Amino acid sequence: MTDATMADMAASGGQELKTSDGRSLKAALKASQSVERRRAFLLVLPLLALLVASFIIPIGQLVTRSVYNPEVASYLPETSSALSGWNGEGVPDEEVFAALAADMVVGAENRTIGRVAARINREMPGTRSMIMGLSRSAEELQPPYREAFLADDEGWGEQALWRFLKRETRIITPAYYLIATDLEYNAEGEIVQRPENYQVYRTLFWRTAWMSLTITALCVLLGYPIAHLLATQPLRIANILMILVLLPFWTSLLVRTSSWIVLLQQQGVINDMLVWLGVVTDSGRLRMIYNKTGTIIAMTHILLPFMILPLYSVMKTIPPSYMRAARSLGATQTYAFTRVYLPLTIPGLAAGVLLVFILAIGYYITPALVGGDSGIFISNLIASNMQSSLANLKLGAALATILLVLVMLFYFVFNKLIGVDRLKFG
Amino acid sequence: MLRKMLLASAATVVVTAATPALTQDADSLTIVSWGGAYERSQQLAYYEPFTEETGVEILQESESANGLAGIRSQVEAGNVSWDVVDLLQSDAQRACDEGLLEVIDPAEWLADGDDGTPPEEDFIENTMGDCFIPQILYATMFAYNTEAFPDGGPQTVEDIWDLEAFPGTRALQRIPQKNLEWALLADGVEPDQVYEVLATEEGQDQAFAKLDEIRDSVIWWEEGAQPPQLLADQEAVIATAYNGRIFDAQMNEDQPFEIMWDHQMFEVDGWVIPVGNEDELDTIKEFIRFSTDTQRLADQAQYIAYGPARNSSASKVSTFEGTDIEMAPHMPTNPENLETAIAFDVQFWADYGDALEERFNAWLAQ
Amino acid sequence: MSLPAYASTGERAWYYSYRVICGLIFLFLMFPIIVIVPLSFNAQPYFTFTREMLSLNPEGFSTRWYNALFNSSRWMAAIQNSFFIAICSTLIATTLGTLAALGLSRPHMPARAFITAFLISPMVVPLIITGAALFSFYARLNLTESFVSIILAHVVLGTPFVVITVTAALSGFDQSLIRAAQNLGASQTTTFFKIILPLLLPGVISGALFAFITSLDEVVVVLFLAGPAQEPMTVRMFSGLRENINPTILAVASVLVFMSIILLTTLELIRRRQERMRGMSPG
Repeated sequence: MTDATMADMAASGGQELKTSDGRSLKAALKASQSVERRRAFLLVLPLLALLVASFIIPIGQLVTRSVYNPEVASYLPETSSALSGWNGEGVPDEEVFAALAADMVVGAENRTIGRVAARINREMPGTRSMIMGLSRSAEELQPPYREAFLADDEGWGEQALWRFLKRETRIITPAYYLIATDLEYNAEGEIVQRPENYQVYRTLFWRTAWMSLTITALCVLLGYPIAHLLATQPLRIANILMILVLLPFWTSLLVRTSSWIVLLQQQGVINDMLVWLGVVTDSGRLRMIYNKTGTIIAMTHILLPFMILPLYSVMKTIPPSYMRAARSLGATQTYAFTRVYLPLTIPGLAAGVLLVFILAIGYYITPALVGGDSGIFISNLIASNMQSSLANLKLGAALATILLVLVMLFYFVFNKLIGVDRLKFG
Repeated sequence: MLRKMLLASAATVVVTAATPALTQDADSLTIVSWGGAYERSQQLAYYEPFTEETGVEILQESESANGLAGIRSQVEAGNVSWDVVDLLQSDAQRACDEGLLEVIDPAEWLADGDDGTPPEEDFIENTMGDCFIPQILYATMFAYNTEAFPDGGPQTVEDIWDLEAFPGTRALQRIPQKNLEWALLADGVEPDQVYEVLATEEGQDQAFAKLDEIRDSVIWWEEGAQPPQLLADQEAVIATAYNGRIFDAQMNEDQPFEIMWDHQMFEVDGWVIPVGNEDELDTIKEFIRFSTDTQRLADQAQYIAYGPARNSSASKVSTFEGTDIEMAPHMPTNPENLETAIAFDVQFWADYGDALEERFNAWLAQ
Repeated sequence: MSLPAYASTGERAWYYSYRVICGLIFLFLMFPIIVIVPLSFNAQPYFTFTREMLSLNPEGFSTRWYNALFNSSRWMAAIQNSFFIAICSTLIATTLGTLAALGLSRPHMPARAFITAFLISPMVVPLIITGAALFSFYARLNLTESFVSIILAHVVLGTPFVVITVTAALSGFDQSLIRAAQNLGASQTTTFFKIILPLLLPGVISGALFAFITSLDEVVVVLFLAGPAQEPMTVRMFSGLRENINPTILAVASVLVFMSIILLTTLELIRRRQERMRGMSPG
């Protein structure tokens, strides 16, 4: 008798059942179940704790970083408080300039002024040398400060600069999310599209999605026949063929990427063969790598097993008699396939499609190595914002957060439709 | 069986765990540089002699391409594992402004020239920074594979844009720096006005429009070791490159490369010291003093064709290691090579680097 | 799926072209992996077959890239680092993952679906995000460029595979065996070691192999976390591929292909054994 039926009986019985020591059976069951629950949870707890401490918290910090904007507020504290009184029209008055002069002296002393200058220069190119130039002689500035500043550089009279500074006194800013979606504040403080010359991130998000879809479609196209073949062959042959799928799956990602470099480059194996066959001339070698084509080919190869395996595990469970029955009832091969077989494989197909797509949109290594300039993904821009010398960690964090939200959305859908517990490998 | 395997792996764990621990002691410096032939020249001219003399081990990391970002995050995190970093002057300037680097007092940190000149005067004018000790002067310029041009290769920057006379793939560095300058030069802008023009919106439009003309024939490189490789494999027939890398391929690999010195752009590269390594500062100072003296800088020039940053080293530059090839004609500082040279404007790029980088990325993504 | 005797001409044509298509797809899957191996024996520093190689002239072949690999102290240190990291992280990931899977498959596990999804999530979060996040996190703790942070990161990345495989093994597990054992007087511990563990072992081992290969293959996170003293072979390979790609990389790649063949064979043997055992017991 299972616990559940006992509980049912206990609930439905008019008279309460008692255990041998006289406690209510219901309560005893409840107690033992909660012990069971606690035991089960305790088994999961170590891993859960580790994940929270060394995965969830770090990612949380990264997300927080994308809106955290302390430069102006903490390195120009006097100016920040003076600016709170400014109404945003014209150029601020002497009080603000005096505060800035004081901040500059401190900033030059602590060598923190460069950080503010870098932040401002990012949005207003050219202001860095104006600020750094003045900070070198900040100690010699004499009131009236406003005139002194303007005499040093006319740029200090720009209303846009002051509005920007005032906006920047906020510690939490959406500014990096604006850039990450190719938007910006204009001089009036309204959110507008960035000039077309500077629009890049939205393009890259679209390209990442579009290329991932192409890769997913190719995986379906190539994976479906293979999974079907595997599922319909006698077990002995299927096992051998399965190795041909599993070996790539188990082979290092870098190995496979380097093979594709070797195969596809202009002086590579495939071009050599084409030249030898006379398909192309020696000077007309095809460029198949360091562009979109390279990324798509290599990633399709790398992700194909993730399509085949879930498809195979579903197809294996479809009895061959279904197709035979359809045929014997007069359906053509095509009709029987589209009406009987295909619908039965939808769960596997959905699992494969979502899995491949989720893995594809976050890919970094392969596009970085074979993508050239037209075949890179949003991950590559995240990486360059995290690492290169013109790094902008916070913009990188904002881009990463957007990507993370997208991936989690698809993961949620995957979970609802298929369930992660149904994932299997090999 | 399984127990044996577990025991064996446990043993490996213990053994390997012990080994890496040894490298973490205080008698070592982590020095970050650019990898490839350049880092090798530093290893031979500075690191190995230094280790021999002091016993201090040098751990090499080839991360200078991400040097500024690395220093920023290490200093901000209060966990600085890089002791000395090889940076470009432009990056060093930014890092210094942001307070990420030790300020250098030349008299205290640096040796006099071997002729007794104080360091402030011995280093080539305008190369020393508040936090920056120059090592070498290097050029970025175009180079080509002579096998691809049996009738003679490109001679001017205009030729680079001439896809009909000089067909084939060009490999350019995937950064706006220098490419935009060359685009303007190829478009007829006077060399002394390049940066003035580039500071304006119209000038930037002009440069990008010019780049558009060859865009379809361009592949992009990111690491200094790539262009010689691309030229050797004929993945590209013309490439921008650091002159030392091309020289290295000519000498050590016998590659049929030719350097085109027209409008070479030269800049300075040197050492910086991230703040936050107070415990090791004495060892660091010892290393800096040792590696930037007259002899050591001249020694480096045996291994790679970069001009030493000290005037007193110039006369000591001799021949390429193990050969009787004079180094002087291969130096970016050779008068003949300098005729149409452009000095890379560090200040301009500190101001406009962010914005032009973004525009460059956007342009690439289109 | 064999061709029935009554198949029409069209069906025959389709049947054979289907076979050919499948053959081509298998070629697409295998060729890039196989091609690496002969190329790694190239006597020339090229990435393509030289004329000597194609005519099977022994002079076209050499083991120089393998010599270069095995005589390079940097490569050997990198390989050692890789294995050290992989072994440590696999041991931890397997232990924690197996415990968690045991908990998840208990009938009274609270919030099972949510927690499972949560435990699997490191597998789907883009590595570049994980890498960047872990880098800033460990930088604050003074733990970048240490084996601790890399091993912990690889434990996080490896556990989803262990959880998945062990849960799968448990789903085919007859719970009445546990009750039978306990009815016969076995303690919890005895039941675990004598009944649960032997039946689970195949699932645990394949999970461990997955965790192992995940760690051995991982590039992105170690790019962020590893310093020169921890540099694993993937990082060396990655920078080699970006900078000066020379055939030593192909030698490394061939060694790795060989390793994956061994791992795959191990896994296949386990699976067969498991199938035999399943065949003997009901269910």
